Amino acid sequence: MIPEVSIQSLALSRGGRQLFSRLILKLSPGEAVALTGRNGAGKTSLLRAIAGLIAPDEGEIAFGGVEPAEAREAMHLLGHLDGLKSSRTARDELSFWTGFAGGGADTPDAAAARLDLLPLLDLEVRRLSAGQRRRLALARLLAAPRPLWLLDEPLSPLDAEWRGRFGEIMGEHLATGGMILAAVHDPLPLAARTVEIGR
Amino acid sequence: MSRVSTLLARETALAWGKGGGPMVAVGFYAGVATLLPLAVGSEPERLAAIAPGAAWVALALAALLSLDRLFERDYEDGSLDLLTLSPVPLEIICAVKCLAQWLATGLPLALAAPVAAIALGASPQLSGLVIACALLGGLAFSFMGGIGAALSLGARRGGLLTAVIVLPLFVPPVIFGGGALASLDSGLPWKAGFALLGAYTAAAVALGPLAMAAACRNALS
Repeated sequence: MIPEVSIQSLALSRGGRQLFSRLILKLSPGEAVALTGRNGAGKTSLLRAIAGLIAPDEGEIAFGGVEPAEAREAMHLLGHLDGLKSSRTARDELSFWTGFAGGGADTPDAAAARLDLLPLLDLEVRRLSAGQRRRLALARLLAAPRPLWLLDEPLSPLDAEWRGRFGEIMGEHLATGGMILAAVHDPLPLAARTVEIGR
Repeated sequence: MSRVSTLLARETALAWGKGGGPMVAVGFYAGVATLLPLAVGSEPERLAAIAPGAAWVALALAALLSLDRLFERDYEDGSLDLLTLSPVPLEIICAVKCLAQWLATGLPLALAAPVAAIALGASPQLSGLVIACALLGGLAFSFMGGIGAALSLGARRGGLLTAVIVLPLFVPPVIFGGGALASLDSGLPWKAGFALLGAYTAAAVALGPLAMAAACRNALS
């Protein structure tokens, strides 16, 4: 478990260009933060820096005393690159990623049922629509519970109904002490603090 | 441990699956072995003299074929990001990927190697050593090749770059394995060459994953 995420005067640059500096952000259990900002402001880079994939120029990302390597096992990163292999079936991919993220053996089916994926599980991932594929990626969040969700444009391919239903799922995650940091352009379908970066 | 075995199962299934895998590698191998007599002439004495070495070089080339798929797809579809967010060290993940690659292409190629060598006119009693060299050497090709594949991540036409990086690393196993086969063929002691091939493979399996993981981290950041 991660007690909190605390970002102190963080500066990030990509390709020699500084995206932002002196960013301060704190995320406590049960809290959701919507990261906004224009295209290229550094929302995705911030999520990847928290996941330990990018080293910051300055500043610190702390997880309430938990070592970063250990904290990484307590977070889900969901980006527009979803890591799903188009030649494998939805069931194979969901159960692989669930097992690899440390979920139980029966949780993939429960997660798939929650996201209405059961009739689609035997299809190859390439046959899924963009929205169905996103729901398959989201099913991993439920199948292998981890407290911190780093979501990059989670809503974009979802229709209005699924945006609402994913809002309920995020609400339940927060109610159990989870934390959500989501890079968005549209407002999240639940109460969330908004942080604008790159200004 | 269960994570490593599920990863190995997935990687092997992917390497074995559509668009590549054992059939393509073996087919390419058979193609190179067939081209050779057409180029050097089909006199049995001349072919028989070069058969073990030719089968061995063709093996190294066939091993190159599937290398560009080793990390590139995982890098492009985001799998590599997610794989790093697990308690399994990236070094182990890289080693598992190379092992899966070897299971899907190195193993079938090793079984095809004596057939190609005999078809080119090598003496059938070399077959045992041909298989042993191909199994060991294939492992070295996978792990050394993985370094090239990881280093060329994100580069345009990464496959060609991989080949240029990797071919020099394939020189020692080709020399040691080819030397062992030539020695056995002419009745000389062959164990030294085979032992050196084994030593090179052991070094590749031990050190390759460290280099691959560093190159992957660099590509992701």
